[in-house]
Amino acid sequence: MVRLITHNLLACHVKGCTSNNFPLQFRDVQIELREAEFNPDFLRGFMPKLEWKALVDASRQLGDTSLPPEVPEMLDDDFLKNLHHVLLEIHVEEGVMTCPNCRHEYPILNGIPNMLLAEHEIG
Amino acid sequence: MSRPELQAPPEIYYADAEAKKYTRNTRNQQIQADMTYRALELLNLPAHEPAYLLDIGCGSGLSGEILDEEGYIWAGVDISPSMLEVALEREVEGDLFLQDIGQGFGFRPGSFDGAISISVLQWLLNAETSHPTSSPRHRLNRFFTTLHSALRNPSRAVFQFYPSSDDQIQLITSIAQKAGFGGGIVVDYPNSKKAKKVFLCLFVGGGGAHQQVPKGLEGEEEDNSRARFEKRRERQRGKGKNGKRKSVKDRDWILRKKELYRKRGKEDVPRDSKYTGRKRRAVF
Ligand SMILES: C[S@@+](CC[C@H](N)C(=O)[O-])C[C@H]1O[C@@H](n2cnc3c(N)ncnc32)[C@H](O)[C@@H]1O
Ligand SMILES: [Zn+2]
Repeated sequence: MVRLITHNLLACHVKGCTSNNFPLQFRDVQIELREAEFNPDFLRGFMPKLEWKALVDASRQLGDTSLPPEVPEMLDDDFLKNLHHVLLEIHVEEGVMTCPNCRHEYPILNGIPNMLLAEHEIG
Repeated sequence: MSRPELQAPPEIYYADAEAKKYTRNTRNQQIQADMTYRALELLNLPAHEPAYLLDIGCGSGLSGEILDEEGYIWAGVDISPSMLEVALEREVEGDLFLQDIGQGFGFRPGSFDGAISISVLQWLLNAETSHPTSSPRHRLNRFFTTLHSALRNPSRAVFQFYPSSDDQIQLITSIAQKAGFGGGIVVDYPNSKKAKKVFLCLFVGGGGAHQQVPKGLEGEEEDNSRARFEKRRERQRGKGKNGKRKSVKDRDWILRKKELYRKRGKEDVPRDSKYTGRKRRAVF
């Protein structure tokens, strides 16, 4: 159940890995689509938190091409519905997330990413 | 029997059998729910604004279910795979992570509008985890520092926990302060042996509306508080007979989900190789 809303907020937390540690790269993913309640206010409020390019890249990697490369000026309903789908309805169930910097791999099993670090990786 | 956190590391203590027992126990469900409501109250989020919250030590989702019910979007972290598995079975809506909070978070700055943590913090003071880790002080420091940065400014984090001494409270609050948090301890029903509850109420920036640490609840405790929360729950959900908390996944909810799954299953569309799951049905 890693949704892109959460993936977009997640950086690597390995000791000393503090730059270029976002976004984690998906590999070998299996996804599932699950309906969620559409809440335009939530989405509008969430926009400032998003790293847009990372979101667009990740969504394309998961096979969704509905988001424009740049944040549109008008947050109309069509756009918000696409955003809703990308952020909240695509669930990554299996796969791996790799840190672009230190290459640490966070495996995703049953929808749950394993964020546990080895002793030498703890900050 | 001594406290759970003195017996074994959390992911060992909350193994399959205990995780199921913990979650099934209706009295426990009620207690965790009541404390979650109280934590949300102390979180003092702006009314009618949707929020993205973090549930720290979400376990099997007893606290998270209340977040679902209240319409919050959330992510939860827990160190016990068995507890998380039960959360999956119960189909909570939050994104779940297998994570040791003593190792800190990697969430980007300002990610969450608030955080709650119900009956977890005492674990950071006591039993070690089964994999190698550092001292409680170091773990608490790492935890609070990375949490502080993951929270939006202004916002709050509210922890209900079971300290076993004033020294522990002192240790925790001083480390939280060093990590940049304001706030302090709120004690509900301090004079009641049974109903007394300790909340650590932390602020990032102004912590929202005002700087003051909220007041604890006073007076004739347990029944009182139950009545209060029960009432609220009745209002919200139109149920809650005999002061017993009903499962959040009530019949209607389950039927709705079942229906949904059935529909998806039926729709026998050729699959995109990337998609393990059912084809999307028209959402709107
Ligand atoms: C009493 S349960 C509470 C669960 C849930 N918040 C509720 O209200 O039902 C305590 C939880 O804290 C988790 N926990 C303990 N130490 C932890 C740690 N270091 N990191 C993450 N979770 C931890 C345990 O696995 C367990 O699920
Ligand atoms: Zn890294």
